[in-house]
Amino acid sequence: MRFSGFKVVKEALTGHRGWKPLWRDPEPQGHYDIVIVGGGGHGLATAYHLAATFGQARIAVLEKGWLGGGNIGRNTTIIRSNYMLPDNEPFYEFSMKLWESMEQDLNFNAMVSQRGILNLCHTDAQRDAFRRRGNAMLLAGADAELLDQDGVRAMAPFLNFDNARFPIKGGLLQRRAGTARHDGVAWGYARAADQRGVDIIQNCEVTGFRIENGAVKGVETSRGFIGAGKVGVAVAGSSGRVMQMAGMRLPIESHVLQAFVSEGLKPVIPGVITFGAGHFYVSQSDKGGLVFGGDIDGYNSYAQRGNLPVVEDVAEGGMALMPMLGRARLLRMWGGVMDMSMDGSPIIDRTDIDGLFFNGGWCYGGFKATPASGYCFAHLLATGRPHETAAAYRLDRFARGHVIDEKGVGAQPNLH
Amino acid sequence: MLIPHPLLGPRDAQEFTYLGDAALMQRPDPQAGEAAFADYVFQRDNPAGVHRELWYHEYGDRSWLVVTRDTTTHEILGAKLARNVKMGLPE
Ligand SMILES: Cc1cc2nc3c(=O)[nH]c(=O)nc-3n(C[C@H](O)[C@H](O)[C@H](O)COP(=O)(O)OP(=O)(O)OC[C@H]3O[C@@H](n4cnc5c(N)ncnc54)[C@H](O)[C@@H]3O)c2cc1C
Repeated sequence: MRFSGFKVVKEALTGHRGWKPLWRDPEPQGHYDIVIVGGGGHGLATAYHLAATFGQARIAVLEKGWLGGGNIGRNTTIIRSNYMLPDNEPFYEFSMKLWESMEQDLNFNAMVSQRGILNLCHTDAQRDAFRRRGNAMLLAGADAELLDQDGVRAMAPFLNFDNARFPIKGGLLQRRAGTARHDGVAWGYARAADQRGVDIIQNCEVTGFRIENGAVKGVETSRGFIGAGKVGVAVAGSSGRVMQMAGMRLPIESHVLQAFVSEGLKPVIPGVITFGAGHFYVSQSDKGGLVFGGDIDGYNSYAQRGNLPVVEDVAEGGMALMPMLGRARLLRMWGGVMDMSMDGSPIIDRTDIDGLFFNGGWCYGGFKATPASGYCFAHLLATGRPHETAAAYRLDRFARGHVIDEKGVGAQPNLH
Repeated sequence: MLIPHPLLGPRDAQEFTYLGDAALMQRPDPQAGEAAFADYVFQRDNPAGVHRELWYHEYGDRSWLVVTRDTTTHEILGAKLARNVKMGLPE
């Protein structure tokens, strides 16, 4: 089934009886060439690129719950490539370029909307840092513009420019950044992978690895043993739990991040606005809800909910930045478990166990990485070599002293 | 979350800052070598369930506590002065 304008009109005229499920619901087979653990955005994108880009076959994605139940369906949907370090920026720009073509590639409307992201600055030092980051972005082929206060005012006149503590002096704007419908991204990759023969198996929890003579032979699951030539793990917030079953400790702590949505309002916010100094960021969904959030709660957590002090902190940040927010009613709030790495950057690498590969450490920023993470993890699984933009995302970088620490705060995950 | 401070009674967790796994108190011997220090600085058990962790009473009496907490429910099971834990004293 291909989606097209013609198909929509045809279905409208014939009572919508021709729509079919987007993917099959197959029984697991006894053995696959490649098993992906975790049916979030990264696992599904990996399976899609294995089949579509790297010509692999006999692939399964094992998901313990349902597609879209993890962080892929919990994030605040921001996509951007505004990093600074040379080990990060080319990867995120590669991802940005993949976002620009993914809806056509997948034949699926993921509502990718390049409405721009604006990071606000409040001091000369911060403006200098933004100028430097913007230049690093330009060098990696991304777009960046430095706005002065008038430039910000023209875009977002409703901001509180004269806050006594954090007066707004300007901002770093990436116009090609924006938002995408998060669960639509999971569905789009799932459908496209399924069409290329990938078995997507939901309600199938991996409970152990079968490892013989230092090589992985398959996975134990709630639906029986499934043999595998290679196993790729992409379970985000559950990384610690799952890799522990393979006897591995990781440079990762799990933390909870909360997000909030207001009632639907008329369009007020032009793109994504971040107020890093005040621990607050906001955008507006196509339905009109203000989607906003702030910092992680700051203590280890596997509970998909946070505590009230952060709610208060986010609300205060929001009120300081755009006082009109106080008029809006909050509709929903929720939490997701983040795989916070020790330097704030991700890992896409093989492990010491033959055939076992790991993808994780995405912190609060893995949604934007979904297309490139899938591409690069598939590249590694299929060819045995890291993709050029992900070559630095190694597990041993910590021991080698080659950390990728954008914020420069050290091995303290609740500060990244 | 309320942290049962052994000297001050129940205190709001907001008065504290969080450092991480209480295993950080077991610093390797200075001669233990790079691998031991890389492991100490970067690797974590990160358990789903009971976790012993360091909290600093920054807006209080400035003591370090070892708090035992369930990371799947946020339930706090107990708290001790880190100093006493380190010295092997009761409480
Ligand atoms: C509130 C919030 C806001 C965020 N905002 C942004 C943002 O604006 N921009 C951005 O770029 N990123 C954002 N993120 C981060 C982003 O959502 C994550 O980094 C990313 O989604 C993680 O990759 P994933 O989609 O594969 O994870 P998930 O969707 O969590 O996928 C992992 C899957 O593995 C499954 N799993 C776990 N254990 C097992 C097992 N034993 N067996 C089988 N399956 C298992 C889980 O059920 C889950 O479905 C945000 C996250 C949160 C929580």
